[in-house]
Amino acid sequence: MFKFEEDRSKYPEKNPDGTNIMDLESGKYTKIWQGPIHPGMTGNMSLELIIQGDEVMDCKTHVGYLHRGFEKLMERRKFIQCFPICVRIAVPEPDFNEYCFAATIEELAGIQVPDAAEWMRTLLLEMSRLQSYLAWIGGQSSSFGMGLISQWTTWARDLVLDRFEEISGGRVYHMHMLPGGVRSLLPYGFEARMKDTLEKISQVMADVEKVMFNNSVFKTRAVGLGYIDPLWVEEYGITGPNARGAGIAKDVRKDYPYLKYADLDFEAAVGTDSDVFTRADVRRRDILTTIDLIGQIVEKVPKSGEFMAEVPNVLHWKIPKGQTYIRSECTRGEYGYYTVTDGSGYPRRINVRGPSYTHAIALMERMAINLNIADTAGVMSSLHTYPPEVER
Amino acid sequence: MKELIERLRNKFPVKDEVFQKDALSFITTEKSQAIELVTHLRDYEGYTHLVLLTAVDWIEDGIFQLTYLLNNPAEKKDLGVLVMLDREDPVMTSSHHLWAAMATYQRELFEMFGISFPGSPRLEEPFILEGWHGIPPYRRDFDTKKYSQETYFQRPGRETHDPAEHMKKKMYPEGS
Repeated sequence: MFKFEEDRSKYPEKNPDGTNIMDLESGKYTKIWQGPIHPGMTGNMSLELIIQGDEVMDCKTHVGYLHRGFEKLMERRKFIQCFPICVRIAVPEPDFNEYCFAATIEELAGIQVPDAAEWMRTLLLEMSRLQSYLAWIGGQSSSFGMGLISQWTTWARDLVLDRFEEISGGRVYHMHMLPGGVRSLLPYGFEARMKDTLEKISQVMADVEKVMFNNSVFKTRAVGLGYIDPLWVEEYGITGPNARGAGIAKDVRKDYPYLKYADLDFEAAVGTDSDVFTRADVRRRDILTTIDLIGQIVEKVPKSGEFMAEVPNVLHWKIPKGQTYIRSECTRGEYGYYTVTDGSGYPRRINVRGPSYTHAIALMERMAINLNIADTAGVMSSLHTYPPEVER
Repeated sequence: MKELIERLRNKFPVKDEVFQKDALSFITTEKSQAIELVTHLRDYEGYTHLVLLTAVDWIEDGIFQLTYLLNNPAEKKDLGVLVMLDREDPVMTSSHHLWAAMATYQRELFEMFGISFPGSPRLEEPFILEGWHGIPPYRRDFDTKKYSQETYFQRPGRETHDPAEHMKKKMYPEGS
């Protein structure tokens, strides 16, 4: 009886333990480094790829080009002095770091945050989500050769940064949230300017949908590429849009409502096909949700009232011994801070749980196998990874 | 959470439970049975999502605290399983077979705290640090300031001026 035997000659032979035998001396395989400086990389990390022809046979992620020992540095600083460090852990969206760190301190010290401050924090987190997604669209479209879109979205992101500058005085790092509350409420006339910004961004998103999501080049390359099996979600600890693209509705805002999300009306976008296109579409719909959410929040933020709880002198602040974990939904998934205190004026240990920790290493190494070399950048962007939160 | 901990207590040595908030508790267990406990939580109690694995250095007590933070997506609860390791002999059973991301956490702990997980894949490959010699840097006895002073070229600090004197010189260079 005829038995179809696939030609395995192009695939490497296996060791008894299941690992591939790839002898670079044989001339059959080539090792190339994608990164740390490469237009297709998301930040300072690199992929060590072993390829045959144009097909990836093996991938190892290397990080460490950006390591500054943030977690260690924070152990030598007073709680308030940690804020300039913790915002730098995820550069494009520092507000999630501010919120998680402030919330762990408040929980351990037993501080109740005023209502107005919670509304402000919700607004800042959603604005941060919006500008981070806009930066991501540029990366995803550029990795498939559509450089123009990143110029539109960079402009749109700058509009959000203008609003951040109005509130906090800073464009990239805001440090507007402090333990106990926020530094101020909204400036005069902010609502009208925010409404105008959201309208402009909605127009950009309509253009992006036409030019990117209806683009035959993008569709041909992204549909069916970079499949994430829904069973991997638990195995690899996948969260956020990567899990939602696989049909698993994981969203910290819905599952563990924090701040004022329980009072807001929204649905997290979920896809089913679990490829690069679906994940991009989930993020596009997330942006529209965020635009709607910001509109809802701006209407509800109190115009006056208390926005900072009473806290002790922050330079002599000792927090009782304890440990806790606070999570929030950032653009890439579950972002959390595990803070341990020992009763002194300094944190004992702070561990940051960034979603890229598993997306960029375990998952990327798995997904890169059998990819075309030209598609690795697109898959990498579709996982939306940030190296700083891996190495902290 | 109380019922869960009671159920666990029938099977494993569980002590020092802390109910931090409604959906977050911490329990401490023995090193020898910790991986069995974590496997049990994953397979029978629905704690299928690994949130993080990290270590805390309690240098004054001579122990490393390992924290396996697990999440139950169905019940929306978190449980931290704490394991105390002797600081002089920091070796823990590897659990890389439970979650794919676990090997990365273990690699980081080996590099940053010197906690060994025999059998974990690529454990001794450099993860974040390259060509590192000396004690693992996230231990409490590693002095970051001393390290930077010894390793890097020290630049003289910025020259500072007494503002009043500086302005006087600038505005009245003749000295009138």
